[in-house]
Amino acid sequence: MTDLLKITNLHVSVEGKPILRGVNLEMKRGETHALMGPNGSGKSTLGLAIMGHPNYELTEGAIELNGQDLLAMSSDERARAGVFMAFQRPVAIPGVKMADFLRHATTNVRRPERKEGEELIPMREFRKELKAKMEHLRMDAEFARRYVNDGFSGGEMKRAEILQLAMLQPKFAILDETDSGLDADAVRLASESIAEIGRETMGLLIITHHDKLLVHNPPDFTHVMLGGRIVETGGVELAQELHSTGYDRIRKAYPEADAQNEAMLAKELQEA
Amino acid sequence: MATDLTQSTDHIGEINKYNFRTESQAIFKARKGLDAEIVNQISDMKDEPDWMRQFRLEALEIFDSKPTPKWGGNIALDFQDIYYYLKPTDHQGKTWDDVPQEIKDTFDKLGIPEAEKKYLAGVKAQFESEVVYGSLKQELGDQGVIFTDTDTALKEHPELVKEYFGTIIPSHDNKFAALNSAVWSGGSFIYVPPGVKIDFPLQAYFRINAENMGQFERTLIIVDEGAEVHYVEGCTAPMYTTESLHSAVVEVIVKRNARCRYTTIQNWANNIYNLVTKRAVAYRDATMEWVDGNLGSHLTMKYPAVYMLEPGARGEILSIAFSSRGQHQDAGAKLVHCAPDTTGQIISKSISKNGGRSSYRGLVRVEKGAVDSKSNVVCDALILDPESRSDTYPYIEILEQDVSVGHEASVSRIGEEQMFYLTSRGLTEQEASTMIVNGFIEPLVKELPMEYAVEMNRLIQLQMEGSVG
Repeated sequence: MTDLLKITNLHVSVEGKPILRGVNLEMKRGETHALMGPNGSGKSTLGLAIMGHPNYELTEGAIELNGQDLLAMSSDERARAGVFMAFQRPVAIPGVKMADFLRHATTNVRRPERKEGEELIPMREFRKELKAKMEHLRMDAEFARRYVNDGFSGGEMKRAEILQLAMLQPKFAILDETDSGLDADAVRLASESIAEIGRETMGLLIITHHDKLLVHNPPDFTHVMLGGRIVETGGVELAQELHSTGYDRIRKAYPEADAQNEAMLAKELQEA
Repeated sequence: MATDLTQSTDHIGEINKYNFRTESQAIFKARKGLDAEIVNQISDMKDEPDWMRQFRLEALEIFDSKPTPKWGGNIALDFQDIYYYLKPTDHQGKTWDDVPQEIKDTFDKLGIPEAEKKYLAGVKAQFESEVVYGSLKQELGDQGVIFTDTDTALKEHPELVKEYFGTIIPSHDNKFAALNSAVWSGGSFIYVPPGVKIDFPLQAYFRINAENMGQFERTLIIVDEGAEVHYVEGCTAPMYTTESLHSAVVEVIVKRNARCRYTTIQNWANNIYNLVTKRAVAYRDATMEWVDGNLGSHLTMKYPAVYMLEPGARGEILSIAFSSRGQHQDAGAKLVHCAPDTTGQIISKSISKNGGRSSYRGLVRVEKGAVDSKSNVVCDALILDPESRSDTYPYIEILEQDVSVGHEASVSRIGEEQMFYLTSRGLTEQEASTMIVNGFIEPLVKELPMEYAVEMNRLIQLQMEGSVG
């Protein structure tokens, strides 16, 4: 049976303010979905809600992985169940080496039943695998000894997220603007890597403003978010249309969602 | 998912992993309490020269005349309810085979044999008041290095001891220095002759194993011109219900172009008062480094100091404090610039958890004439829950114009975003918070010798799991 991630009528609030207002989405493993939409439409929120961020309060709806209630799981249980998110702005963890963090994470995800304090993947085996994957991503070996996201350039952060995707091999991965802040070469490298690592074996939910990432990962489905809802779903041609003509048609077609989107964005700007 | 770090650990009992005791067959135990009779008895038992007896008796008078400090932590001790001297065996073990089985059992539980195997002869261990086991690498002896307990040093190298003993920390320095001076026993004595560089750490383990038994080791290290040494002490103690006192004095002399590093990992049981005076003097172009980790004890008051006496001297202090429920770590550092072109650095990292309290208390003083001196202080505090507390008391006294003194302080709570990031990669909240804490102290841990770094990480992990009270 193909793995299935199913989101039904998802409503999510942050500090009492509704952000998502009834999202429905079904993804099968092996499919690539593009999630597009103007700023403030709730794309990142959807990703963070799937991953279980503590600030995102679920007020209604369900997320299921193969019929299992994902919402009943803690973030680490979700990761062990095979869900991953590459963050737009990953946080720095000073003093924690990439290699140590990755060895721990990889062990837990590969052995979901592992208890705290039990053995990690043998060092040699792990190092060998990490080295090969880093070479593939054209990352310097020194990278493994650096502290997690600490002092990383924008490009290094994104590559580190892709490295984690490669090591953890999730069933479903949400990639939140993994192409933003990168130059043209870096975007191409990121796109190719993601295609190689995940296109066949994972269900990918790609959040992006640009089309570069989608060139190597042409979406089977394109979803457009506006005002906290998915207002339209199409194929690869929808992504192409949005890239060439923008969101004007969508905004006009869904005036109520557009108004909510503007209101949310205004609030966000006000708070920032 | 709330990331409340206290919830997951609260239900686990506060069990100290070193909470065991070995039946002790003490050969001689002085009665409880402190007066001239006890001090004379200690001096008699040790068959000391008269100057040392007088030194002790004078120190006792100073101790009696000084009030208990009101600053720092709350010292609730009855000085008459403590044993000040206990002699466990009548001779020192020269090899492992000579050490009594009961004491070996205790060392086994502490994992000493591993360290012993690694560093073979480099290990000295103090059990109660006397050194019962110790040996020294033959080659060190051949190079003229003296590494022994201070009692033996007093017998075998009386001139050397007399020349330096009490010169860096005189008895009247503070009440607890006076107490130690009156009743001291054991501790390490190290002399490194000019130009001799010891390329492995010299180590000692200290241990209290008798109820109401204070431990008052006295350590004296002399690093002669151009010589180098790294001394490492680690402390563990079993848990008792009544208060115990550990009050050491450590004096270090680092002569011209010499280098000394002194590393401590203190993990006393949570009912122990750890009131220690540590001070070093550094001469021309000499370097003194204190690496000081405080994880255990009920109250620790300890501020390792470096007095930079001649141009080019360097002082560096790295301090880690971890306090959990029922603990107050009042730790810090002192740098005193007494000469031009001297350089000092203090890096302090403290962690407070489960209602624990950590304080950084530090002094940087630049004396008149110490032009072109540089000092930098960085202290970072990490607070794991709202019940815990962290304070910073930085004192800066500058009596000269052309100097550079910097101070940075930060206080942070474990970030929700950091927790989320790590848990979203499959780490449990417990594993994630332990990883963040280990990362926080990593800049200090990487300065430790390998086996101590491993031990330090393990202790932090136990502290985080709540299995160390």
